[in-house]
Amino acid sequence: MERPLTQHIPLSGAALQLKEYEAVGGYSALRKVLQELTPREVTEKVKDANLKGRGGAGFSTGMKWSFVPMNVTGPKYLIANADEMEPGTFKDRWLLEGNPHQLLEGMIIAAYAIQATQAFVFMRWAYKEAAQIMTRAIADAYDAGYLGKNILGKDFRLDMQLHTGVGRYMCGEETALLNSLEGKRATPRAKPPFPQVSGLFGKPTIVNNVETLSYIPHIMNNGGDWFKSLSYTADGGTKIYGVSGKVNKPGAWELPMGVTMRELLEEYAGGMKAGLRFRGVLPGGASTDFLTDAHLDVKMDFAGVAAAGSRLGTGTMVVLDDQTCPVGFVHNLEHFFAQESCGFCTPCREGLPWTEKILLALEQGNGTYADLEQLQLHTQLLGPGNTFCALAPGAMEPLQSALKYFREDFEQHVKDKKCPYAHH
Amino acid sequence: MPIINIDNKNYEVKEGKNLLEACLSLGLNLPYFCWHPVLGAVGACRQCAVKVFKDADDTKGRIIMSCMEPVKDQLRMSIDDKDARSFREHVIGWLMINHPHDCAVCDEGGACHLQDMTVMTGHSYRDYHFTKRTYNNQYLGPFLNHEMNRCIQCYRCVRFYKDFAGGKDLDVFAAHNHVYFGRQQDGILENEFSGNLAEICPTGVFTDKTLKQHYTRKWDLTSAASVCQGCGLGCNILAGERYGAVRQITNRFNAAVNGYFLCDRGRYGYEFVNSDQRIKTPMVYHGPAEQSNGIPILDHVHRRMVPGKTIGIGSPRASLESNAVLKELVGADNFYLGVSAADHDLVSLSLRLLRQGPVRAASLQDAAAADVVLILGEDVTNTAPMLALSVRQAVRRMPVAAAQQQVHLAAWQDAAIREAVQDDKGPLFILSVQETKLDEIAQGAWHTAPDNIARIGYAVSHLLNDAIPEVTGMSEQGRDIAATIANTLKTAAHPLIIAGYGGGSEAILKSAANVAWALHDLGIDAMLSFTVPECNSVGLEMLDGHRLESALGRALNNGIDTAIILENDLYRRLNQHSAERFFSNIKNVILLDHLYNATAEKATVILPAGTFAESDGTLVNNEGRAQRFFQVFAPTSAVQESWRWLLQVAAVCGHTTLSSLQHLDDVVKYMATTYPQFDGITTLTPDAHFRLAGQKVPREPHRYSGRTAMLANKNVSEPKPAEDEDTALSFTMEGYRGEPPSSMIPFFWQPGWNSVQAVNKYQVETGGPLHDGNAGKRLIEPNVNGHTPFYTEVPEPYLPLKEHLLLVPCYHIFGSEELSIHTPGIAARMPAPYLLLHSEDAKRFQVTEGHLLHFMDNGHHYTLPVIINDTLQQGVAGIPVGLPGMQIAEVPQLIKV
Amino acid sequence: MLSAIEIEQITHELQQVPVKKAACIEALKIVQQQRRWISDESVADIAAMLDMSTAEVDSVATFYNLIFRRPVGRHVILLCDSISCYVMGYTKIKQALTDLLHIGYGQTTSDDRFTLLPNACLGTCDHAPALMVDNDLYRDIAIADLPQILDQYL
Ligand SMILES: Cc1cc2nc3c(=O)[nH]c(=O)nc-3n(C[C@H](O)[C@H](O)[C@H](O)COP(=O)(O)O)c2cc1C
Ligand code: SF4
Ligand code: FES
Repeated sequence: MERPLTQHIPLSGAALQLKEYEAVGGYSALRKVLQELTPREVTEKVKDANLKGRGGAGFSTGMKWSFVPMNVTGPKYLIANADEMEPGTFKDRWLLEGNPHQLLEGMIIAAYAIQATQAFVFMRWAYKEAAQIMTRAIADAYDAGYLGKNILGKDFRLDMQLHTGVGRYMCGEETALLNSLEGKRATPRAKPPFPQVSGLFGKPTIVNNVETLSYIPHIMNNGGDWFKSLSYTADGGTKIYGVSGKVNKPGAWELPMGVTMRELLEEYAGGMKAGLRFRGVLPGGASTDFLTDAHLDVKMDFAGVAAAGSRLGTGTMVVLDDQTCPVGFVHNLEHFFAQESCGFCTPCREGLPWTEKILLALEQGNGTYADLEQLQLHTQLLGPGNTFCALAPGAMEPLQSALKYFREDFEQHVKDKKCPYAHH
Repeated sequence: MPIINIDNKNYEVKEGKNLLEACLSLGLNLPYFCWHPVLGAVGACRQCAVKVFKDADDTKGRIIMSCMEPVKDQLRMSIDDKDARSFREHVIGWLMINHPHDCAVCDEGGACHLQDMTVMTGHSYRDYHFTKRTYNNQYLGPFLNHEMNRCIQCYRCVRFYKDFAGGKDLDVFAAHNHVYFGRQQDGILENEFSGNLAEICPTGVFTDKTLKQHYTRKWDLTSAASVCQGCGLGCNILAGERYGAVRQITNRFNAAVNGYFLCDRGRYGYEFVNSDQRIKTPMVYHGPAEQSNGIPILDHVHRRMVPGKTIGIGSPRASLESNAVLKELVGADNFYLGVSAADHDLVSLSLRLLRQGPVRAASLQDAAAADVVLILGEDVTNTAPMLALSVRQAVRRMPVAAAQQQVHLAAWQDAAIREAVQDDKGPLFILSVQETKLDEIAQGAWHTAPDNIARIGYAVSHLLNDAIPEVTGMSEQGRDIAATIANTLKTAAHPLIIAGYGGGSEAILKSAANVAWALHDLGIDAMLSFTVPECNSVGLEMLDGHRLESALGRALNNGIDTAIILENDLYRRLNQHSAERFFSNIKNVILLDHLYNATAEKATVILPAGTFAESDGTLVNNEGRAQRFFQVFAPTSAVQESWRWLLQVAAVCGHTTLSSLQHLDDVVKYMATTYPQFDGITTLTPDAHFRLAGQKVPREPHRYSGRTAMLANKNVSEPKPAEDEDTALSFTMEGYRGEPPSSMIPFFWQPGWNSVQAVNKYQVETGGPLHDGNAGKRLIEPNVNGHTPFYTEVPEPYLPLKEHLLLVPCYHIFGSEELSIHTPGIAARMPAPYLLLHSEDAKRFQVTEGHLLHFMDNGHHYTLPVIINDTLQQGVAGIPVGLPGMQIAEVPQLIKV
Repeated sequence: MLSAIEIEQITHELQQVPVKKAACIEALKIVQQQRRWISDESVADIAAMLDMSTAEVDSVATFYNLIFRRPVGRHVILLCDSISCYVMGYTKIKQALTDLLHIGYGQTTSDDRFTLLPNACLGTCDHAPALMVDNDLYRDIAIADLPQILDQYL
């Protein structure tokens, strides 16, 4: 089983240094690209590989790049989205701390493909160690001639900057990220225009997830067919999966795209802790619908999880056990989303705190059946298209599925006028 | 034109609009908050949701925000769709979660867009049962009240204040459901257009504080279409009255003039109408007329009108009617323009340039559409505030057009366009005596003495047309500036040249005309905008009369017994010394005015004149647009229009022409037949006989309440309502309920639309002209065929002189205008008198900031505290104009210190 | 007034951006680094340096939860309150911290040593519960670890 993204990350957890990275073939893809391929050819190759974005939405990366106008003057930008603030998600951290040059090489190739001259790593505030590692890696890459003017002696120039954030989940939404990079409030922008056409400072911009970009060198070296062959299913490549919650061995693993949920939970995460029963799981971070034990054999790829009624999202799963209150669980999520709403559009700004208050009332024994109806209604009203960006619809996914799968728990809260679970 | 299908009906709509605009333009009701016709769409409130369908077979459809979706041929949509309706209703539900539900005590109540939209969506039952979040309110100065708990977070306030008007001190703070709109700390909102927040805000967060101080429900106001008296631009206003006091001024939409907005002087400067300085009764020798031996007041006037020795002094702040009647009464030989020499020279020159030259005067909306702007010698924000707002829009024009090309979006896609535009600005060049507020958006701003400004203007025009002589002795920097400006102007399609009274220099005006005319000769559609000091400066100048100084001369030669002074304080026109000499050399002063002033002290007879609120009349603005203002209410005192007083005097005198005139229409007709330059003013508004369905147009909405009870504390039987014999308006709520002609709309109201946003319903399309066109009529048009020779007398450069300073005028939006300072809030924002000095000059005269500097002008002593300002050229000193207590100084003028 | 170091660092940031405003967040970070929090005066100073209005700077500053517009203690404890930590019992850690330090969320100990704040997911969910003190991440924490952790910060 190949693990292109993580195989070279030292087990000690220390970052792979430039020399070490080069020793295992690092930057050979960049060399090859600059020598042999035109920017268009790079994009075509990524398209061939059918690489789908790992930031949550699963949009074709090659396709995204191909929307960047190539015959324009003025700057273009490439941004690695290293904000990773979706609760339950910790996959990019692994790549950032373990193999920074792999990301940089991917970024340089991506920048070449769209002919950007400036790149940013937008990293969340909390990743202090990753920030240090990335700072060092960028400096080393400059020294080695992978960044700056005339990269590897070719007529290609790229500057790279690390930007660390100051909080707010919204910064991960790509257009809000752009506003934040411009020094503004991280509110999202309307699409169209898409960032590919009018992004950072109104210039063509590509935003890709860290994991997405880290694949690029490998795809350049080994080609699309190889990439597709890594996977068990039609969605190419490997995927970093993670599991947290009350399992025996929480963690993250790079596995072929399409492993089953059962394999992940039982083999890799070691099953539930003693005495606990599995009740459900958010398969791809906080903004995905619950799946339950009926779905254990779902193949964890974009199509598979979607068919089961949820989203692959970030591929990092949060497990709900039978001694954790699902209402409390969802309350925690909605509290997060309500706090992190940017406050720009009405349904999200006002609707999320309302759901949060209802869930808290339920937990405190003050909930009513009318409240349950109100929750249900909100899951419809805050759906995609109704709000300005995807935050609120994402927030409704766990709620709507909780109402579906754990209905009896909600009702018991109303009936008993208290939370039936032992409090944490 | 594209066809769209709305709820299974086809409609032809305009290309380039969004669906919300299309629906509203069709007269359909669709609720909205964050969208505004001039601010565009950002999709924040989610109130305007509709469903769109892929095709006729698609029954499911999807919800979209109509304000964010461009019109597309064959698009199918539904307003009435169940899901869309339910969503819209819930949007109101969310907006009301934390709203205090305090309509009963809210100033906006009954004229509130949020109330209207709530009713429109059918939201009536509150599901939310948790506690409300509350905010602290801020002190925002004398103009606006702040009640943040009523906020629905539509972001309109910041988008207007910051993005549109260039304000700096209002913003949005915090995030999620804590977002807060206000200042960083309590304090006065600084922007000159802050008052528009009261209309921009769809609920009661920002409300008019002056209204609050004498509050009346908006539906209880008696209102009329009027024209702002604050400056020479003639913005259209609605004035509302109750119990004999004007209570608020709001915008009256005019697509060619002020659009949706007003400046703060215009909006708040009305309180002189209610001032306790008002003259309410006729007076003789400072006493009430009745005590004057029982002689009727008109006889007092008549007796003093010695034939051949009676003159009339007109006024630029009085109506055309009053001035024309006075001129007729005293005879053209005896009619003097009541303006200072400088103002007369500048305004009459402006008028000449606009009439004789080939270049048209720009309306405010033309100005906003200019692609290159050159300002010569003018601090527009302070001399013609709304023109500054137009310039701000003009500066956006080129970059927005470029961005639209780049991102293929309509201009209403506000956020996206702003993002693509970034800080790009179209070319604006400013030459002024000191820094101005618009400098921050200018591509180039230079500060120098008026003559030097004119020299640059001449140099620019020379570069455009070498029939104009080269300016000799120009510095290299001056040459560079001129070249930059000329080269940019040459690339323009609709360049605008602004100059006016603020620069105090005829040479500047001539150089401005030269530039515009030279551009015209190059085949470029150039425009001119000349600012003028007062609301009827141009009208008075068009009427024509002798200079005020010649009245002084005549008085000194014993040529005058009696002066009839129309709405004027001569102490603001002549320096104190001259004014004193004038008054001491005539026997009788008959004053028609509405406020006590220094001239009233000299009056032998005073006739209480109506302010704009008590009068009908016509004004001509700086572009030559004649506009009618209507009486708002019938005063209970002896106050009446000056022209009516004068007609009554004429009747007593047996004046042949005037005796036959009685009503407004008579005077208007008289003017149109007597003066060819006023041809056309009879069609400004329908005449007094006009009726709609046999009815007059009511000044009061049919919701007007309490009429029978209003004066019940004095007399239980309701007095007979006043009758308006001059116009087709009635003073009550009785009358035609539909839409009146646009020139006489007293208030905007339509079923379901009680707020100012009802204006949508009166427009041909959202943001477009009113149904029967824009009110007003331009009386001067350029002489496109003739060719006026260019001006060639380039002034000498101004260089600092030893022991001397060149005094130049500084104007203030709050303070320089005579009447508006009677509003306490405006008075509070008025600067104290000062002398502006360059630091080198301060050194030269051994003073520092705050020190008093002494000088003399025309025998008058000035002692003024120094303010250092290094944006002045050395050797130039600025003094504020028009502040109370400031003597009039003839500026620009060289003084010895 | 901004210190020489702050001015130097902000000037450096200004060189990296196409428009001055774009350095706003960086400038706030720089000043907070030096002073632990952003006072009204700092907002005004930054605004002056970036040709922005104070309102504009504060609009940005108040949006982000990790720009502190009120004084904080010498050390800031950020306790993760998101989902994995919830499942793993962060609420007990919160209670223990409150018991130890006698402060709740948003409060600072009377000796100005610690400020306690909740924080959204720290991205270390496989090692929940987690918290950060200043720049240091602590994972898999148990209540018993807390005194030892806190002792390192004076
Ligand atoms: C509220 C919100 C938060 C997001 N946060 C992240 C994030 O932290 N990291 C990330 O890569 N993508 C995040 N996304 C997705 C991005 O908007 C964007 O789709 C992604 O970075 C694109 O990268 P990809 O094409 O490589 O997947 C977020 C989206 C939303 C709506
Ligand atoms: S859904 Fe609306 S309020 Fe929520 S984060 Fe997106 S834009 Fe902001
Ligand atoms: S008016 Fe369309 S979203 Fe606000």
